[in-house]
Amino acid sequence: MAESESKPKIKKKAVPMPKQPPEVRKHNFNEVALGYTEEQALEEASRCLQCPKPQCVKGCPVEIDIPAFIKLLREGKYEEGIRKIKEKNSLPAICGRVCPQEEQCQMMCVLGKVGDPVSIGRLERFLADWERAKGFTIPEKAPPTGKRVAVIGAGPAGLTAAADLAKLGHEVVIFEALHLPGGVLVYGIPEFRLPKSIVQAEVDYIKKLGVELKLGYLIGRTYTIPELLKDEGFDAVFIGTGAGLPQFLGVPGENLGGIYSANEFLIRVNLMKSYAFPEYDTPIRIGRHVAVIGGGNVAMDAARSALRLGAEQVCIVYRRSREEMPARKEEIENAEEEGIICKFLAAPTRFIGDEKGWVKQMECIRMELGPPDESGRRRPVPVKGSEFLMDVDTVIIAIGRTPNPIIQRTTEGLAVTKWGTIVTDENGKTSLEGVYAGGDIVTGEATVISAMGAGKKAARAIHEYLMSKK
Amino acid sequence: MKMYEIVRTEELAPKIKLFEVFAPEIAKKAKPGQFIIVIIGEKGERVPLTIAGYDAGKGTITFVFNEVGKTTRQLGMMKPGECIWNITGPLGNPSEIKYFGKVLCVAGGVMIAPMLLQVKALREAGNTVVTVIGARIKELLFFKEEMKALSHRLYVATDDGSEGYRGLDFLKDVLASEKFDRCVAMGPVAMLQTVCELTRPYKIPTIVTLMPIMVDGMGMCGVCRVNVGGQMKFGCVDGPEFDGHIVDFEELIKRQRMFLPEERLSALLWELGGCSCGGK
Ligand SMILES: Cc1cc2nc3c(=O)[nH]c(=O)nc-3n(C[C@H](O)[C@H](O)[C@H](O)COP(=O)(O)OP(=O)(O)OC[C@H]3O[C@@H](n4cnc5c(N)ncnc54)[C@H](O)[C@@H]3O)c2cc1C
Ligand SMILES: Cc1cc2nc3c(=O)[nH]c(=O)nc-3n(C[C@H](O)[C@H](O)[C@H](O)COP(=O)(O)OP(=O)(O)OC[C@H]3O[C@@H](n4cnc5c(N)ncnc54)[C@H](O)[C@@H]3O)c2cc1C
Ligand code: SF4
Ligand code: FES
Repeated sequence: MAESESKPKIKKKAVPMPKQPPEVRKHNFNEVALGYTEEQALEEASRCLQCPKPQCVKGCPVEIDIPAFIKLLREGKYEEGIRKIKEKNSLPAICGRVCPQEEQCQMMCVLGKVGDPVSIGRLERFLADWERAKGFTIPEKAPPTGKRVAVIGAGPAGLTAAADLAKLGHEVVIFEALHLPGGVLVYGIPEFRLPKSIVQAEVDYIKKLGVELKLGYLIGRTYTIPELLKDEGFDAVFIGTGAGLPQFLGVPGENLGGIYSANEFLIRVNLMKSYAFPEYDTPIRIGRHVAVIGGGNVAMDAARSALRLGAEQVCIVYRRSREEMPARKEEIENAEEEGIICKFLAAPTRFIGDEKGWVKQMECIRMELGPPDESGRRRPVPVKGSEFLMDVDTVIIAIGRTPNPIIQRTTEGLAVTKWGTIVTDENGKTSLEGVYAGGDIVTGEATVISAMGAGKKAARAIHEYLMSKK
Repeated sequence: MKMYEIVRTEELAPKIKLFEVFAPEIAKKAKPGQFIIVIIGEKGERVPLTIAGYDAGKGTITFVFNEVGKTTRQLGMMKPGECIWNITGPLGNPSEIKYFGKVLCVAGGVMIAPMLLQVKALREAGNTVVTVIGARIKELLFFKEEMKALSHRLYVATDDGSEGYRGLDFLKDVLASEKFDRCVAMGPVAMLQTVCELTRPYKIPTIVTLMPIMVDGMGMCGVCRVNVGGQMKFGCVDGPEFDGHIVDFEELIKRQRMFLPEERLSALLWELGGCSCGGK
């Protein structure tokens, strides 16, 4: 550990992230976390102990050489620093903002044992923002191989696979079903956590690498995978279609007006920009009393968006307790600072509507924590006779999403698990020759970094496959 | 020709327009019963419209729409040579087309157009096809001759009786006197509901095309959920066609009206010219 020459003084406190104050930010969709200044970044970077056996790297799903990039940052070598990160992570501006670092690299950082861990994510973001402000340099591409690859889905998995394959000299076409690229990064994660201009910059970079982007192509309908391979002249396919099918509670009254899936709510707000209705055509109606069901990142994003759209009161209803909440700690804190209320140990049992079919009340039952379930978290058990009513006029259901099913339904011979995810080997190879997959469509709902990592791995495997095929 | 370029427009009846658009990939894959999602501009909404024709050779698709709200009215003002911003499709499951025997096809309003495609396909599959087309008033009827030519028999009905039968009550006698093996209905919900009640006593399998509110049209938002036989189905990926005898129409009607105040506001502001940029 810190056995180096002159024992450096350990700085226990991390440099805090400058943020918009809660009273201001809860009325706008601008980014909450403003990013370190150069001074703050250098100060925070100086806290790193440059461990000879860095634990942080073990916590990083794509094994970024963290002490090396922090050292370069410290020396003012920003260009080299960002290159170091990009050896492993193609989307640092995005990951620096949305990765759950507190469960990954920062959880492992030795400084965490005595104080705050190094704010690795914020430093990553600093370098990435520095690079974007300066303008990306387009790397040299390998000479054309004459091979064509179809990438399905423009989320983090698809965008990463496309970029890597293009750099290797392959001709790449991305087919995206929606009218904008980015996957969850554009339709799910709100502007105040991840500005869309950052996603757009990544997409522009990928286009500059020569990747063709076809929007409004639902594969399985416009073309099937066998058609792409046989009729459209592609030599390989990468599937990165994500987990976008919303789950519902299955309780009475769920189809009343005013009850949205988190996906519908977030798609309207983020993708269709209904916060700017009627300038944008897609409407959203937000009531005075909003209940969000669920305890993950999606629930936090929905709740904080509802607040910004003018809801008087937003209440998150979660069936376990605070400790089990899967959302990032930082985002729970942000939400509570903004005035969002969390109701723990409760779950809806039915929804009651008015004469027009609009939800007006929600009946919930209290829960107790029983013994741990398969996930290791304590299982919530309903308390008999503890039902109570809440007045609500908008409900957002954020209890999980399952894989998008269209490809699985329309691709004969593609091996699929009972959860609807696509079966692959560790390199993303599916049961069909020349067909690879990665991201949420393989793992189920996961993270941006794991989707990006899967895209990278698959790109390497596809390259090997294409180059070995005569 | 440019992608999604409007090749031809035709006013079939007041406020009902047919567009033929260059979309070769969709034209190659489209089947009766499927739909597309049209976006007229960067700020536009995603509007589902049923495919009413396709020509893989020419690379075009046709659809017919009612100018009811802001988007469809803006679309109606577009001219041949202009391009639609984005079209996604074909979406939804194709209709089941095979030999059933004798099929009753009932279409109302703007949906007469896609029904023509069904009638043609059912006829080609060897069925005897009896068709009913209806509209509120006679001025809104169209494709009468085309339908007549393709059907074994054609009935015409209007709500006010200005042409043909008044309402669909006459079908009671038709259904009492002959046996049908299948019924296909496309049109406003009230009409679908009436048809289902008429065919129910005879246990004629009745397939209805549902038009719930949609956003993505590919199974990601769930706004299109409908209650079919007590199960939650997504109109866009499980439909749009369902067994009409087990659809909860009352709920569907309420869900279709969810955004009525906002839709009215959007149309009104557009009429007032308050936001001429909107949708483009
Ligand atoms: C609201 C929300 C907040 C989140 N917050 C975080 C966070 O803070 N940190 C984090 O690490 N992760 C977060 N996640 C999870 C993370 O976004 C996902 O794990 C990640 O985006 C998965 O990437 P992907 O490329 O596999 O799929 P996606 O991002 O889902 O992209 C899939 C793309 O494929 C397209 N597609 C689907 N089917 C087809 C088809 N048949 N043909 C063509 N295209 C198709 C879709 O339209 C979509 O654009 C969040 C998720 C949500 C919903
Ligand atoms: C699968 C599917 C296929 C469709 N096919 C066609 C078609 O071939 N031709 C056609 O003209 N329309 C069709 N529709 C309906 C069409 O999508 C809507 O009329 C359209 O969204 C109106 O957009 P707008 O902005 O002009 O009007 P809006 O401002 O959205 O609405 C104006 C009026 O139309 C009503 N409305 C909105 N959506 C619907 C709906 N889904 N069903 C019934 N009423 C609605 C509103 O309540 C309001 O009174 C289809 C819908 C679906 C889901
Ligand atoms: S970030 Fe933490 S674990 Fe990683 S090298 Fe620096 S002090 Fe060590
Ligand atoms: S329209 Fe979104 S799921 Fe059907």
